[in-house]
Amino acid sequence: MSKPKVAFFDFACCEGCQLQVANMGESLLDVLGAIDVVEFREVMSEKWDQDFDVAIVEGSITTPHAIEKIKKIRERCKVLIAYGSCATIGGVNGMKNNFPLDKIREEVYGKDYKYFETVETRAVPQVVKVDYLVHGCPVYIPEFVNVLKAVLAGLPYQVPDHAVCVECKLNENVCVYEKGVTCLGPVTKAGCNSWCINNGNICYGCRGMVTNPNENGAKDVIEKYNVPMNLVRNKMNMYNQCREIDQSEQKKR
Amino acid sequence: MSKRNVSINVEYLTRVEGHGNIVVDVKNNKLETCQLQIVEAPRFFEGMLQGRSIFEAQHITCRICGICSCGHTLASIQAAEDAIGFIPSEQTTKLRKFLLHMENLDSHILHIYLLVAPDLLGVKSFVPLINTHNDIVRRALRMKKTCNDVCDILVGRHVHPISSIVGGFTKLPREKDIDAMHKLLHHLRKDMEATVELAAKFKFPEFERDTEYVGLVSDNDEYPMLTGEVGSTDGVRKNKKEYKSITNEFIVPHSSAKFAKLSRASYAVGALARFNLNSKKLHPKAKAVAKAVGLKPKCTNPYLNTVAQLVECVHSLEDGLEILEDLKKTGINYDEEIIVGLNEKGTIPVKAGNGVGAVEVPRGILFHNYEVDDQGIITKANCIIPTNQNVNNIEHDMKKLVPEILKKSDEEITLDLEMLVRAYDPCISCSAHFLDVKFVNR
Ligand code: SF4
Ligand code: SF4
Ligand code: SF4
Repeated sequence: MSKPKVAFFDFACCEGCQLQVANMGESLLDVLGAIDVVEFREVMSEKWDQDFDVAIVEGSITTPHAIEKIKKIRERCKVLIAYGSCATIGGVNGMKNNFPLDKIREEVYGKDYKYFETVETRAVPQVVKVDYLVHGCPVYIPEFVNVLKAVLAGLPYQVPDHAVCVECKLNENVCVYEKGVTCLGPVTKAGCNSWCINNGNICYGCRGMVTNPNENGAKDVIEKYNVPMNLVRNKMNMYNQCREIDQSEQKKR
Repeated sequence: MSKRNVSINVEYLTRVEGHGNIVVDVKNNKLETCQLQIVEAPRFFEGMLQGRSIFEAQHITCRICGICSCGHTLASIQAAEDAIGFIPSEQTTKLRKFLLHMENLDSHILHIYLLVAPDLLGVKSFVPLINTHNDIVRRALRMKKTCNDVCDILVGRHVHPISSIVGGFTKLPREKDIDAMHKLLHHLRKDMEATVELAAKFKFPEFERDTEYVGLVSDNDEYPMLTGEVGSTDGVRKNKKEYKSITNEFIVPHSSAKFAKLSRASYAVGALARFNLNSKKLHPKAKAVAKAVGLKPKCTNPYLNTVAQLVECVHSLEDGLEILEDLKKTGINYDEEIIVGLNEKGTIPVKAGNGVGAVEVPRGILFHNYEVDDQGIITKANCIIPTNQNVNNIEHDMKKLVPEILKKSDEEITLDLEMLVRAYDPCISCSAHFLDVKFVNR
């Protein structure tokens, strides 16, 4: 079989997730040996105008133009990977949705703000069908490699749906609730190996929320420290504001 | 000679961070239009920060840009600490300087190898180099990874550092960590020598345009990156609090990024500006490299920004190693390890205030400015990134350059212009901010 043709695309984001790829070092060449990168604007001048097998999409959808573009990308590829939290859940760009759209546009662009088209921030799966999700802000490379292997083998990849606390405890960290600060670990999807807590900080919820925190979350942590679930849910909006779009659309149905 | 018409429209400039377009229109040898258009989807960071805790500012603003995420972190922290009146310890400052060196090194290497070298080796991107110049690609990736690994050890990761926060560090490197970082950087020296050799062979286009160069300056003998006042080669010197009278931002209709100017029509920031202002303070090994490649202040060829980056790489590597050696000698005080979260415990005293951070990041001087209330909630935020300050200067370069190269083919002109823009290493993704847009002909 010939190597799958892979194209990278970026929408509104910091491009840090693409950079995580460059940070793989020489092992990147092994990955590049297994795929055929046909478009990657940030590091390549080459452009590709035919269909490709895999699209790796970074960033959130924030303009009418982007909506059209992502739909076209979907038509041209067999497999679409939403790459990084901006793409998978809207990520930090979702905070824009905390403000009335016209107000934040006027704030940033002055009275002629209407010339600057912007729409409510949406995660990629809120606009087109997505086949694989790689969460994280930035993505955790060991997980990305696993996803890529699954894609190449044609197998599904299941994002863990248990809390970061599970990994955190395996890493034998002292729980930060012990020190009197709040952590989003109990409601956040694992898969990053409790990256931030290992480094002395708290979890900010960048990988998105577990489906059912009270069951899939770290129940014992929630009980032991009397974690205020409402407060914690509110804090989730740094990365997870876009889920409100799903909720309001569900209500409409 | 027949009159030349040139119409260039490079959409989605590749190999720069973010999206930019170049538009050039020459009719009968007369330059009618010459623009660098910024078309990035705005991300509204300054708006999003309003109402959030000052202790979240760094976490959010470092996500403006993945490449200079450590730089944004440090500028953000500096502004936040200035606003609430917190003074960092000597140890913290030392570690921050080291982090900034790693950021500089990492970013410059990425730029020199992946973004500039393909032009100079005559290929479209680094991908074909995998076959033709495999050793160079391997070296680039190895060097990039080394910087990344050092940041992993120090702050948890390079893209969006974890442990560097307002107040200091949530985790401090152990002795074995310092040794590990030292070893990694020590090994980098060999690859750095090879990099200098390679870059010395690069042939850059010949082009000169005198402009004003702006960056941090100081009275001590340290090459200023993290602290100092703001100065220029035209003799300006101001406190960072007066940053708005440095950037003097103004609006142009064709760009969603604001333009900047100081004493003349435009000014430049970045490695070349720093070199022109402070070359005397570079590490001796960096000075030696500058001499060997013939870089002298004041250098007015913008293409040589890449060479100034090379010189700075050597400086950051050598000074970084010295900081580590110093830390090893003095030892680290682990009592300074802090956990702040959202300051639930009031670990850090907060008062209302207005703070400015001015930090030299890879692409030039970066300003963050926050106003906070007495609860530490952000009421106003402003960030002015280096590319914003450079865009105006790039356009002035293009306006001088195009008439000088009209004899060349359209393709050659396009490449010269693309290379010019790339020399500034622009990160356009973060340059769209805070505009009062006025449309002239609408
Ligand atoms: S998910 Fe985070 S790291 Fe990745 S592109 Fe978005 S802001 Fe950057
Ligand atoms: S709440 Fe946070 S610190 Fe505590 S166990 Fe969970 S992830 Fe770890
Ligand atoms: S610990 Fe939390 S914030 Fe940190 S990487 Fe993991 S999910 Fe994201």
